[in-house]
Amino acid sequence: MIEKADQIFVLLGHWLVSFLPVWLQPAAMVLLGVLAIIVTFPALFAITVLLERKGLGRMQNRYGPNRVGPFGIFQPVADGIKSLTKEDIVPTSADGVVHFLAPVFLVVVVFMGYAVLPMGRNMTLVSMDAGLLFFFAIGASTELSVFMAGWSSRNKYSLLGAMRAVAQMISYEVPLLLSSLTIVMMTGSLSLGKIVEAQNQYTWGLPHWYIFTPWGFAGFLLYAVATTAESNRSPFDLPEGESELVAGYFTEYSGFKFALFFLGEYVGMMSISGLGTTLFLGGWSAPLQILGWVPSWCWFFGKVMMSMCVFIWMRGTLPRLRQDQLMNFAWKFVLPLTLVNLMVAATWRFLGAGWERWVICSAILILVYTLMGRSGMRRGHIGPRSYRYAE
Amino acid sequence: MTPLTGYLLVAALLFAIGLAGALTRRNAILVLIGIELMLNAANLNFIAFWRYGPHPEALTGMMFAIFSIAVAAAEAAVGLGLVIQIHRHAHTTDLDQMNRMKG
Amino acid sequence: MSIVFFAIAGLSVAGALAAVALKNTVHCALALTVAFAGLALLFLELDAQFAGFAQILVYIGAVAILVVFAILLTRGSETPKDGIYSTKWLLGLVTASGIFAVLAWAVLHSTWALPGPEGAPTAAPAVTVMDIGNALMGRYVLPLEIVALLLTSALIGAVIVAMHEKESAQ
Repeated sequence: MIEKADQIFVLLGHWLVSFLPVWLQPAAMVLLGVLAIIVTFPALFAITVLLERKGLGRMQNRYGPNRVGPFGIFQPVADGIKSLTKEDIVPTSADGVVHFLAPVFLVVVVFMGYAVLPMGRNMTLVSMDAGLLFFFAIGASTELSVFMAGWSSRNKYSLLGAMRAVAQMISYEVPLLLSSLTIVMMTGSLSLGKIVEAQNQYTWGLPHWYIFTPWGFAGFLLYAVATTAESNRSPFDLPEGESELVAGYFTEYSGFKFALFFLGEYVGMMSISGLGTTLFLGGWSAPLQILGWVPSWCWFFGKVMMSMCVFIWMRGTLPRLRQDQLMNFAWKFVLPLTLVNLMVAATWRFLGAGWERWVICSAILILVYTLMGRSGMRRGHIGPRSYRYAE
Repeated sequence: MTPLTGYLLVAALLFAIGLAGALTRRNAILVLIGIELMLNAANLNFIAFWRYGPHPEALTGMMFAIFSIAVAAAEAAVGLGLVIQIHRHAHTTDLDQMNRMKG
Repeated sequence: MSIVFFAIAGLSVAGALAAVALKNTVHCALALTVAFAGLALLFLELDAQFAGFAQILVYIGAVAILVVFAILLTRGSETPKDGIYSTKWLLGLVTASGIFAVLAWAVLHSTWALPGPEGAPTAAPAVTVMDIGNALMGRYVLPLEIVALLLTSALIGAVIVAMHEKESAQ
């Protein structure tokens, strides 16, 4: 029974496919998987948007949407209908083809990332040997769509927003890759399935997740910072800073194309949270051994939605950075720390089992973090925000 | 026509297109684009020979392609840095106007 | 020779042609990414998974973006008034087509030297990422170190080249 509940989607897929002739079955199975991804994640997107609007409302001491349906839960439906029926305005001077292709490209690329994510036991669409590399290769292509959107609009705000976004995404992609590399070093594999398998072990009923090691914890924090910047979320949402750039690179988009950008942004956030879950939080494995009876996909989606809640929480709490602070933070603080973290992971590997490695690795990380933080703050590269008011 | 011949012909065509671009365009950045295309065509040859060669397990062609991708990244970074610097200095990226040694 | 091969090859050649022939420089850069993507697909078609993904990561994720940045920083997207082709364009075109003719002739007339359809391995060589890693750390460790050194010096060099102006202006 437990086994059945765990594998329910896989069994359902096999049952549906069994009606087809044998030679069609593998292709139909893949198609079914793609269909499931295309249906599931936009549905989660709708839930997230509602959660974000309600949650932000509560954080800002207001109700949030509460008119459509009980407690406003049908708000996403209303939003969807609105964006579908709105007029699609393309500026006369815009580059028509590129302007049209940008959102389409973004959505296609963002959905492709899910192909390698293990969403449960045996629930990977394509289990690839170089899965992590595929994910990053696909993730790097989103920058191009952002640039296409900003440039083709022929609007200075759009172009500035796109340039900011691309510069920021390139800068934070380096720490993103380097912080994930520690996991690859430890697992010895780029396959996401193997990475989850390596974490799906228990000592005294507690899991072997990578976040519960000194280098994994540091790596997870660095990864979280980098992903927040990569998906242009607050406090790194300068590319779409409303107060200065209207809406950044999608200022000139309206109607359905705007909805596609919106969808792409959230689905991208979910996929990168899914990768973080897989790398650091044990993917679909249960947090305690005694909870092993809960279906594996529940854990994966639960962890992803938890990360989305953290994203929303950060947006409600933190003020936006300035462009120079953002760049200094990336190159002078996050990047050196990820490099140190790589070294620490290697040290951990070669110290062997025992309590010494916990002490040594934690000591190195805390020391480097404190020293770099102090010196960076003294020289004014990073540190608390200083506000200058108009005089 | 064997598959290998097909790949080699595509690579030759891409190489020729890249060369034509590098030789005929005015803009320095477009010349760099042409050079990138030529490098890529060479990579395609390496991978094709690796796949259809007698010893694919030796990984020679594959390794060469991977190293050449890394070198191409370095080349693009330095090349475009130079183009930006030249533009700052001479206010043009037109290669036909960059015909003086004296700044 | 399958339909897939012809489709991908057509895509990359069309992208490459557009990249060198279009008028607007930004369009050229975008067409270049199409050519790069086509080449990455060709690598995947040749069972070189790692090289294909590395191609996407490096070329589409980094080189194309660099090109685009350079175009915007040099105002290259404005079409020049005196044409996009150099004064010696005919010579270049003749050279390029001559080289293509020679290469194509060589490829088509050396089928005896290439592995024929019966000699070509049909099964994909079972190369995992692990094998590539072992090769990089074993047989190819010296080239790897040299590439690392080259990339570091290129990084520093590019930064110095691009920021030189500021110092001399002061």
